[in-house]
Amino acid sequence: MNGPGSVVVVGAGLAGLRASTALRERGFTGGLTVVGDEPHGPYDRPGLSKDVLTGRRTAADTDLPIPAGLDARWRLGRRAVALDRVGRRLLLDDGTVLGYDGLVIATGAAARPWPGPGAPPGSGVHTLRGREDALALRRALTKGGPLLVVGAGFLGSEVASAARALELPVTLVDAARRPMERAVGSVVGSVLADVQKAAGVDLRLGTTVTGLLGRQALEGALLSDGTRVAARTVLLALGARPNTEWLRDSGLRLNEGTSGGVSCDRRGRALGADGRPAPDTVVLGDAAAPPHPLPGDGSPAHLGIGHWSEAVDRADSVAAALLGQECPAHETVPSFWSDQFGLRIRSVGLPQLADRTEVREHDPVRSRMEVAYHRGPRIVGALTVNRTSRLAAHRERIKQEWHQRTIPV
Amino acid sequence: MKVHVDMALCESHGQCVFAAPDVFAFDDEEEEELVYEPSPGPGRRAAVEQAVLSCPVRAVALDGGAG
Ligand SMILES: Cc1cc2nc3c(=O)[nH]c(=O)nc-3n(C[C@H](O)[C@H](O)[C@H](O)COP(=O)(O)OP(=O)(O)OC[C@H]3O[C@@H](n4cnc5c(N)ncnc54)[C@H](O)[C@@H]3O)c2cc1C
Ligand code: SF4
Repeated sequence: MNGPGSVVVVGAGLAGLRASTALRERGFTGGLTVVGDEPHGPYDRPGLSKDVLTGRRTAADTDLPIPAGLDARWRLGRRAVALDRVGRRLLLDDGTVLGYDGLVIATGAAARPWPGPGAPPGSGVHTLRGREDALALRRALTKGGPLLVVGAGFLGSEVASAARALELPVTLVDAARRPMERAVGSVVGSVLADVQKAAGVDLRLGTTVTGLLGRQALEGALLSDGTRVAARTVLLALGARPNTEWLRDSGLRLNEGTSGGVSCDRRGRALGADGRPAPDTVVLGDAAAPPHPLPGDGSPAHLGIGHWSEAVDRADSVAAALLGQECPAHETVPSFWSDQFGLRIRSVGLPQLADRTEVREHDPVRSRMEVAYHRGPRIVGALTVNRTSRLAAHRERIKQEWHQRTIPV
Repeated sequence: MKVHVDMALCESHGQCVFAAPDVFAFDDEEEEELVYEPSPGPGRRAAVEQAVLSCPVRAVALDGGAG
């Protein structure tokens, strides 16, 4: 076996940990260094917008266990700032240069900041990506409301749910006509809108925030419909952008336009400027833009997905690719979950690709739904609410549909 | 091979069912409780290991270890 002698993993989150674990499980015995710019070892983010905000769990509960025998050198609190692919060297923010034979890019994504107009007030404006963000937001919420959440995607909706559980007044604003519309479509989005309103959320759809008020401390916000809402705390839940700025001059292909992630092949090998996969560099997790599962039809070649299960499901094939090992093609189907307002939302596939939604069950009394998403003649996704038992069969159908098709690159 | 699911942690994510459908299942559709085969045959080890790795709340344990 002609695997790499040493591997550097950049990013000490879920993807960095899972890639490291998979490398060892596949027999890699060389030097393994993990660089992470947070002061913490790996932790899990999904709880940060749910139980950590309500106080049901502490931040420490989100620590990810490090498997015994991982034998990694952790360089925490250090940021990778540049990559020299020809010399196989990585530059860190303290001037350290790390050489490598194999590189794993696992730098995840960052919350989009306030886009303007104007600078946000000095305090009271939050984003949510890391543990410190969650603790700061929790502190703010325990002082009382009102809370304004900008962006009614999964993250914004979950935070609105947590704040209502704490009995704070909540305004939730989104430019779309329904919450989570982009991810789940208009049919499910309408149902969720009703649930959110019934839970006491002041939902302002088709609306944008045109200005944040207050110089030092936040006072409120101005909306595009001309109204003004008072707020002690604002959460900006405007989506995430892959942390790939440090790769700007590396010659790797960044998926500009759609996500900014590192374009890669199905096994996670990063694509160079010429579109060829690099044998010594793989990418996993939110920083990755793997091939689109349904090419053609005007869809982009690559897609950033940003779900927890992506980092987990692809870790083994990414490790195999880096070690130059054969690996039975793991055909993954993305999956996503969200817990909000007492609803257990679970989805598989990519509902956002659908042109038709088929509601197979909707029981408003028991808050249950089963929905299949189609694109032309094919099933592309499914979603259940409090009905997880129905999901596995859909997933199987999606897997068969997708993997009959050949995926380029 | 012994499998254990900590039902206090389980949030019905169903990832274990995806990974090893012949070991894990949702029992009663009405209640959606996870049921599983506590002593699957050795041929199921790889699938159960995948289930351990893919459970978002780390509720699945194999052979008493945390996986
Ligand atoms: C609040 C929240 C709730 C979520 N809830 C859900 C959910 O319910 N369901 C779901 O499916 N998914 C959810 N997700 C998404 C899920 O958490 C991500 O898909 C997952 O964290 C991706 O893992 P990752 O390792 O790729 O990225 P990350 O977890 O972001 O880890 C990347 C790490 O790399 C570090 N880093 C970045 N740049 C550098 C650099 N240049 N040098 C060194 N280190 C660097 C980062 O600081 C970070 O520590 C949620 C995400 C958030 C933020
Ligand atoms: S994956 Fe984990 S949480 Fe989900 S059903 Fe299985 S044991 Fe429960």
